[in-house]
Amino acid sequence: MTRITETAIEADPKLPIIRMTRDFAATPGQLFRAHTDPVLFAQWIGPDAMHTRIEHWDARTGGSWRFVSVQGEIEYAFRGCFHEVRHDRIVQTFTFEAEPDGVALQTLWIEDLGDGRTRLRTQSLVDSFESRDGWLASGMETGVNEGYAKLDRMLADGTV
Amino acid sequence: MTADTLSRVFSALADPTRRNIVTRLAEGDATVGQLAEPYQMTLQAVYKHLRVLEDAGLVTRPHGPQPRPAHLEATAFDVMDDWIERYRRLAEQRYRRLDAVLAAMNDTGTKEERSP
Repeated sequence: MTRITETAIEADPKLPIIRMTRDFAATPGQLFRAHTDPVLFAQWIGPDAMHTRIEHWDARTGGSWRFVSVQGEIEYAFRGCFHEVRHDRIVQTFTFEAEPDGVALQTLWIEDLGDGRTRLRTQSLVDSFESRDGWLASGMETGVNEGYAKLDRMLADGTV
Repeated sequence: MTADTLSRVFSALADPTRRNIVTRLAEGDATVGQLAEPYQMTLQAVYKHLRVLEDAGLVTRPHGPQPRPAHLEATAFDVMDDWIERYRRLAEQRYRRLDAVLAAMNDTGTKEERSP
């Protein structure tokens, strides 16, 4: 099976959906924990320049979550519900609190590739093409200039 | 390119007939009559689709006498690809952080954050 070591992305032309696929050198169980354990989740969700503060976290079917991205005085809050939490599939909603009308429905599939690697597929469905473009546009604003500072640090201190 | 322009590109391509028109124009310029041939629709309807594609900057038609062949503007797609690529790069950065977290889980055998 082809390994997808770099994130692959697809913006569906018919539906306001963004799909992404990425393989990880980890077991399905580890990938699941990295998405459901708040301590682990806060370490990677990012973006690089921001610190993540988990305010509420109940990663069970029917549970909910809220976290805040912090950079100095600036705070952005996000929240949503864990609609369904299974070891191979997580369905959740995602809302940026400053735009409460915009709700994305996210589905994550965790697929065992059988050789110590695991494939993560994600799908984000929003309510209009305009919303999706807004999501894509958010990529313009954050992260482009952040580089790989955080990864470099992790490489330097041997975490990677 | 503004989010507004990008919206027009995406919504222009949200329609299957317009995607089909784009696919055919990728093979070469074509007149409205030629584009209408395979469809059960009026020239008027094809014009309508073309206008949406023109508004999105995906297709141009030269001024002048009829027939004016429609031409695909490949650069409009480049800009859209660029936006998607930036978004993809952000996701890749996020997943590299996740790589590091997963690697640390392997090393320590626990789910807690540890110094190496």
